[in-house]
Amino acid sequence: MNIVVLVKQVPDTYSERKLRAEDSTLDRDAADAVINELDEYAIEEGLRLVEQHGGEVTIVSMGPDKAADAIRKALSMGADKAVHVSDEALRGSDGMVTSAVLAKVLERTGFDAVILGSESTDARMGTLASLLAERLGVPQMSFASKVDIDGSKISIHRQADYGYDTVEATLPAVVSVVEKINEPRYPSFKGIMAAKKKPVETLTVADLGIDASQAGLAASATEVVSFAARPPRAAGVIVADDGDGGVQAAEFLAARKFI
Amino acid sequence: MAEILVLAEHDGETVKKVTTELLTLARAHGEPAVVWTGEGAEGGRARLAEFGAAKVYVADSPDYADYVVAPKAELLAHLIAANAPAAVLVAAYSEGREVAARLAVKTGSGVLTDVIGLADGLVAEQSIFGGAITVQSRIRSGTPIIAVRPNAVTPVPATGAADLEPVAFAVSDAAKGARVTGKVVAERGERPELTEASIVVSGGRGLGSGEHFALIEQLADSLGAAVGASRAATDAGWYPHQFQVGQTGKTVSPQLYMAIGISGAIQHRAGMQTSKTIMVVNKDPEAPIFELADFGVVGDLFKVVPQLIEEIGKRAAG
Repeated sequence: MNIVVLVKQVPDTYSERKLRAEDSTLDRDAADAVINELDEYAIEEGLRLVEQHGGEVTIVSMGPDKAADAIRKALSMGADKAVHVSDEALRGSDGMVTSAVLAKVLERTGFDAVILGSESTDARMGTLASLLAERLGVPQMSFASKVDIDGSKISIHRQADYGYDTVEATLPAVVSVVEKINEPRYPSFKGIMAAKKKPVETLTVADLGIDASQAGLAASATEVVSFAARPPRAAGVIVADDGDGGVQAAEFLAARKFI
Repeated sequence: MAEILVLAEHDGETVKKVTTELLTLARAHGEPAVVWTGEGAEGGRARLAEFGAAKVYVADSPDYADYVVAPKAELLAHLIAANAPAAVLVAAYSEGREVAARLAVKTGSGVLTDVIGLADGLVAEQSIFGGAITVQSRIRSGTPIIAVRPNAVTPVPATGAADLEPVAFAVSDAAKGARVTGKVVAERGERPELTEASIVVSGGRGLGSGEHFALIEQLADSLGAAVGASRAATDAGWYPHQFQVGQTGKTVSPQLYMAIGISGAIQHRAGMQTSKTIMVVNKDPEAPIFELADFGVVGDLFKVVPQLIEEIGKRAAG
């Protein structure tokens, strides 16, 4: 089976994340860069499916040169090879442009299943699976907490507010996963060493037949007009419980008309 | 005035609160026309009229519930082509955002998700990086598609005709790739939905076990609140995953958020720090969650919370 896992490098949630004053794009230098957490679950699921059904896992990532670190981590977990789309022209691309570029890559690699995290921790739109399914004309199997493949049939549990839906489709398909789905493995020392020798193909937008004017900030269908840091919350009242903490809490709720 | 399409969220009859929020927002920018998929439009009509819906497009085929996302996007694309609305508003639940995304590809439009306000010229306000930065954005191509975060807008009634208008539209086979074969509903009692609730009570590591979540549920029920959980609690299996609040779970912004036994790692704060009022109970005075608290009690939650529940009960009775 030909499984492609999409990986995104994001600013670490645990460092301060900023936008650049000049063009309101993400300031990638301000924060540590890490692999998007949910993508590790996608890699794990891809590896498990290949362990069950045979085949290969190919990592695809779009991002600046340093996204190579995220790709290397994915390979060290056990993926077989990777494609890295890196081009200055792509800087500032929104979800629409990103999905168009990734769709071109996926047409090149071919796939039985494309697996990705259900959202990234930076943009948090949770739409890439839908965008890709629409562009590629294949079933959308998103927000999966469980994936089963049997021949050409794929079934998932699609996570919902009320519980989940069971959903079926025929491969090829785009699958996005939630963290409940598995427990990602840690790269072994052997995996880390092996990853250094695994093939990584680097592509530019020109390699994909995309005109540079169709990529990046200028081609994006949305624009940021302005932004500002949210004012800090006013300091609240903190009391130590001397036996009447619950009563004081109730008084606060009553004063704010919650009870 | 140009039409603004509002995709209705409903359970077959009852209109969800978020739809009344979307109608309130839509009225300021055009004439709101609701898009109702599946059955039950007659039942929901009165509520839609109360919040100023001028028209209700009804597409009552079961296809919209039987197949994942794509049919709804196809219907909206059809309505955009037929009626040239000024914008399309959907609720920023995971599915609403997905509908918005597919619709954007179909129509060559821009899409903004998790919008919390809409100014003149459809300039959208979004809160990003867990509420650390507020951004004003605009869509510059096609029909603006805007996914609005539930609970961000206060619904205000206004009278509308809510004329039902059946839409003759057949969903294509291409949109029927992912078929819903069943629905498994997790037990959550009579509690409101997490992202819609005006009060959310969340429990974390400090509870120490799944059984102790009963205390959180009891507090929630005394306030008519929804129950949430920190990642530590859902990872430990103490509470079901779909109730997780945080970076990898739900984003909520209720009127009141109560964090019980939650330290407030950034992963959690990212999902709740835009809540209007925040109350904290934690035994560790150094817990970062206290930085967000409007009111905090440093103490043993197993003493403070039962006393709080008792006090709420007394006040309700009195």
